[in-house]
Amino acid sequence: MNVEETPFRPYASGTQPDNDTAAYRSTILRHPAKRLLKIPQTITELSGPRFSEQKFPPTDNIAVNHGKEALGERIIVAGHVRDEDGRPVPHTMVEIWQANAAGRYNHDRDQHDAPLDPDFKGIGRVFTDDEGAYRFISIKPGSYPWGNHENAWRPNHIHFSLFGPGHATRLITQMYFPGDPLLTLDPIFLATADAEARNRLVSRFDLSITQPNWALGYRFDIVLRGRQATPMEDGHAHHH
Amino acid sequence: MRTTTSQTIGPYWHLLEDKSWADLTRFGAAGEVITLEGHVYDGEGAPMTDACVEIWQASPAADENFTGFGRAATDSSGRFEFKTLKPGPLPGPGNALQAPHIAVTVLARGLLIHVNTRCYFEGAAENENDPILNLVAPERRGTLLAREVSAGVWRLDIRMQGEGETVFFEI
Ligand SMILES: [Fe+2]
Repeated sequence: MNVEETPFRPYASGTQPDNDTAAYRSTILRHPAKRLLKIPQTITELSGPRFSEQKFPPTDNIAVNHGKEALGERIIVAGHVRDEDGRPVPHTMVEIWQANAAGRYNHDRDQHDAPLDPDFKGIGRVFTDDEGAYRFISIKPGSYPWGNHENAWRPNHIHFSLFGPGHATRLITQMYFPGDPLLTLDPIFLATADAEARNRLVSRFDLSITQPNWALGYRFDIVLRGRQATPMEDGHAHHH
Repeated sequence: MRTTTSQTIGPYWHLLEDKSWADLTRFGAAGEVITLEGHVYDGEGAPMTDACVEIWQASPAADENFTGFGRAATDSSGRFEFKTLKPGPLPGPGNALQAPHIAVTVLARGLLIHVNTRCYFEGAAENENDPILNLVAPERRGTLLAREVSAGVWRLDIRMQGEGETVFFEI
């Protein structure tokens, strides 16, 4: 059995949110009521799409649009994408999207009474390098109100989408910022039972990523599912 | 290290949307072209008009001209549509053969973590012995079967909750 045929590990207990989380009201009519059916991972789950930089060109500085600077506090976000065994996930596509500095998305359905910035689209795409490292430049997104409950506000966040090596490693998440007082009030953030797991969604201010006289740096490392231990072969555990 | 926690794709994921991604043949893939369409409904049967539907298929094998991956938004009636190549059978666990299928993922506001299902093709001879379909209670297998509504157009509706709830997988 080669590595590509080795199943991915199940998620560690408590590290993923439960779709049945009534405090986040949109889940009420959208979460499956029946238990998920566990199926073996086959070629369909173990393999996954490949995105090349040629066909899907990266856009790693979204703080600039046609040469014009977006308004707001410029930031650099960097980190590594690794699997649960600490192995880098190289050359994987990372998609990002976010609100502008005023807390408004460049999206028709966002009706928040905050200004749009013509020089900020809020959308980017980068690829990890050989070591699984990624980096992009943006502006710090603003908080925004939402209709979930009385006086509800989302903490500052950047949306992330990753694929990893297989269909089973797909990950959509949100990166938060340290010290945000809205985190402990946010039903989306709090939906994950395991505090250590959800706190890893909070990026860390990092002086080594910060560029003098230019932009603050934040580190956000991402962990995708790792492979299960290689099965026994001829009665001996197979090491790799 | 443990896996990073999932968070919802939210209502504004369309910033990511590139409508051309719904056409898996756009780079020049050759084969039997089909349309895969359907609707996504919530627990009250209301259309989900802000969902992201993604498909992934391991057959035909991905190459320069065929990524095997597609992404489409649901419209104001909850409808999605892909243009892709009809998959063939695939190897399964042990010596089993899997019937032609496409992995379908739904991501949306209100889903803290995406949900996974599969699209099989009604009438395919291999369905009877498919190792995954056979794990599904017989009365629910129909939720995974696309129906050919006109030549080359296959329809699979997805019900998130309640009567006729789609079978979703833990993978
Ligand atoms: Fe958001």
